[in-house]
Amino acid sequence: MSNAMTRTCRRAIAVAVLCLGSLSGRAVAQGGGELRFCLRMEPKTFDPLKVEDEASAAIRYLTGGVLLRVNRQTQELEPELAHSWKVSKDGRTITFSLRSGISFSDGTPFSAQDVAYTIRQLMDPALHSATGDAFRSATGNVEAKVISPTQISITFPAPVSGLDRLFDQVAILSEHSPRKEVAVLGPFMLADYKPGASVLLQRNPNYWKSDEQGHRLPYLDSIRLDIQANRDVEMLHFKRGELGLINSLDSEYFDKLETTSPQLVHDAGPSLDSEQLWFNEVAKAPIPAYKKNWFRSANFRRAISEAINREDLSRVVYHGHAQPALGPFSPANKFWFNDKLKPQAYSPDAASKALQNDGFHLQNGALKDKDGNEVVFSIITNAGSKTRERMAVLIQEDLQKIGVHVNVVTLDFPSLIERMTQSFDYEAIILGLTNVDLDPNGEMNVWLSSSENHQWNPQQKVPETAWEAEIDRLMRAQASSTDLKQRKEAFDRVQEIVVEEEPFIFLINKNALSAVSATVHGAAPVILSPQTFWNVERLTVSAK
Amino acid sequence: MNLWRKLACALLAAILCVSAAANWLAPAGYAKQYREATDAPPSRTHWLGTDEIGRDRFARVLYGTRISLLLAPAAALLSTLMAALIGGLAGYLGGIWARVAMAVTDLFLSLPWLFLLITARALMPLNVSPLFSVTVTFLLLGLLGWTTAARVLCATAGSLRSADFVRQARAAGVSRQRLFWIHVMPNLKPVLYAQFWISIPVFILSEANLGILGLGVAEPLPSWGSLLKELEGLVSVGDEPWKFVPLILLVLAVMSFQFLLSGQEQVTA
Repeated sequence: MSNAMTRTCRRAIAVAVLCLGSLSGRAVAQGGGELRFCLRMEPKTFDPLKVEDEASAAIRYLTGGVLLRVNRQTQELEPELAHSWKVSKDGRTITFSLRSGISFSDGTPFSAQDVAYTIRQLMDPALHSATGDAFRSATGNVEAKVISPTQISITFPAPVSGLDRLFDQVAILSEHSPRKEVAVLGPFMLADYKPGASVLLQRNPNYWKSDEQGHRLPYLDSIRLDIQANRDVEMLHFKRGELGLINSLDSEYFDKLETTSPQLVHDAGPSLDSEQLWFNEVAKAPIPAYKKNWFRSANFRRAISEAINREDLSRVVYHGHAQPALGPFSPANKFWFNDKLKPQAYSPDAASKALQNDGFHLQNGALKDKDGNEVVFSIITNAGSKTRERMAVLIQEDLQKIGVHVNVVTLDFPSLIERMTQSFDYEAIILGLTNVDLDPNGEMNVWLSSSENHQWNPQQKVPETAWEAEIDRLMRAQASSTDLKQRKEAFDRVQEIVVEEEPFIFLINKNALSAVSATVHGAAPVILSPQTFWNVERLTVSAK
Repeated sequence: MNLWRKLACALLAAILCVSAAANWLAPAGYAKQYREATDAPPSRTHWLGTDEIGRDRFARVLYGTRISLLLAPAAALLSTLMAALIGGLAGYLGGIWARVAMAVTDLFLSLPWLFLLITARALMPLNVSPLFSVTVTFLLLGLLGWTTAARVLCATAGSLRSADFVRQARAAGVSRQRLFWIHVMPNLKPVLYAQFWISIPVFILSEANLGILGLGVAEPLPSWGSLLKELEGLVSVGDEPWKFVPLILLVLAVMSFQFLLSGQEQVTA
């Protein structure tokens, strides 16, 4: 009796499994459906070579065909339109062997001529392409030599480190298509654009990829991208089931959603993004000289850093969905992170002692410098960012414990940027760095003292400190080397110097949070952008 | 004094007294962060729970009430007086004066205040105390919030100008100045009172909205406006009803003002 029941049960389970298997197989085979999610801003361009903003980058990812792609999950480089590639020993030349039989979305055949055309366009100085800037290692012409319809070599005037990974961002254009602007090699193509409302992408009928069973990719018929800046509205639409995913979720929204639908939210762990505080060290800044002396003192910066409780920032502000930052690179960047860096200890006592050694003293609970000036400064951040405002208020109380009085000021973003980059009329700022590139070359514009984005003291004609000169040297050395080990050693040292000198006081690394509807199948959120739809070709949407 | 006015008076007095006693009722203060108990529900130690960074909500409501109940009516008074002076006088004088005053009002209404406020904030020094920041915010609101009321008052004063009792007074040889202050202004009082109490919640909410521009109350100082911001994105009313206390206080205070002033209006009439 019992055995019979067991057999019956087993049979039933087997039938159920078979049914499920055939259902899921059919769902994958048929695919179809429309995936809908939000862009947080209007895309500024549909030209893949001119992309600078997040919304345009998302559209480039969905529509652009690239020679090589960084797998967002493994962080490894994988072949796409090029089935193999080789970088020369001197790091100046890269040779691609291309797949044959591929066509653009309008049916125009793809060949090495198109790659050469794309490179010529990309490196045209008149285009001012941010993607092209990454390839500019030295002045001189970039030579794209078509060896055969499926082979091309590209030679740069000087070695470009991490050359092959840069091609992840280069969507190939068509040279011969009658409608160049709409011919794409990616899984989707632009079908409709309603400014301020939505972008509709449809499946590219000529997309070259198939899955393991031979089914044509992508599975989806279309993607509708709603242009929606308001996070509350985005969340509301997601809860109603009108959106398939939320690509980057704030910790507050994450927690709210987790309480009702824990199966829909995903915390992929620490991302590459960081939040940091820095002091104004610009010599010509319109702030009192005695404050400039504080801010330019590494001891002062280190003491302030030591007095900030990063664990509390992560736990209180980000509800545990962030990790105390160890340095300029997040541990999520598996290869480039310097694992010798230790967490910054929270110690108000040690901070006070360090400040006393520098001539600071406490008087009636207020910290004063050796000339009797009370240590008061303002921290500005962008209004509307709840997390940054809260971090500033927590830091305000942390620093109060060592007698430092902080005024928290929130400014609209343009005013903040104007103070940060034009008038330099500020004392300290809390802002974040969004890293899209795993390679440190993507941060040359931050670490070189001559750079505009060297925020604490930008556009220096010659490095004003010995350690900045050393960072310049190391960054240039790693950028011009093709030896990965040497590059890693150089950038490890850069990270150590930054942690020692604290021009940026790195606070936290945010976790990559996202939400995926139960109707979307195949999503595997990761830390690299685009977190939720990096494998868009294999996503499917089922009926609600 | 009718029952409703007495109740309103008592309620306002109670709110003011409790907020005045904030130092004794909430000795830990509005800025102290209890980081181990963030966003906590009401308890014996925190009667209204804590906010997102662990500050006692009861203390913040008390201190915020003190600030908003002092500064919002002050700003409302300033704007109402300016409206009375500009709108009332223009309506009473009529002709070219009314046209010029209304043109100026229209100009003010059409100015991009958002950008002017951003400029005003950009011109303010960064290292100012939170109290200075909140005072400047309400002062700006008072100085900019007179235009709509001025239009209403201009129209009302214009209709009074041709009223029988004004004509009679004018025929009896009453001077223009006396006519304005003794006969026209008292009749504008109901409109002025209405404009005054309407302005109070508007200014409280405007202060909250100005926070987006960095013009609101600076941290860690609380105000009703900044406390109301907590309600942004609240999923369900029933889940955390204690968060509605600032809103309930605002409604009660505004209603109390209304009852008090409507009674005053009846007395004046």
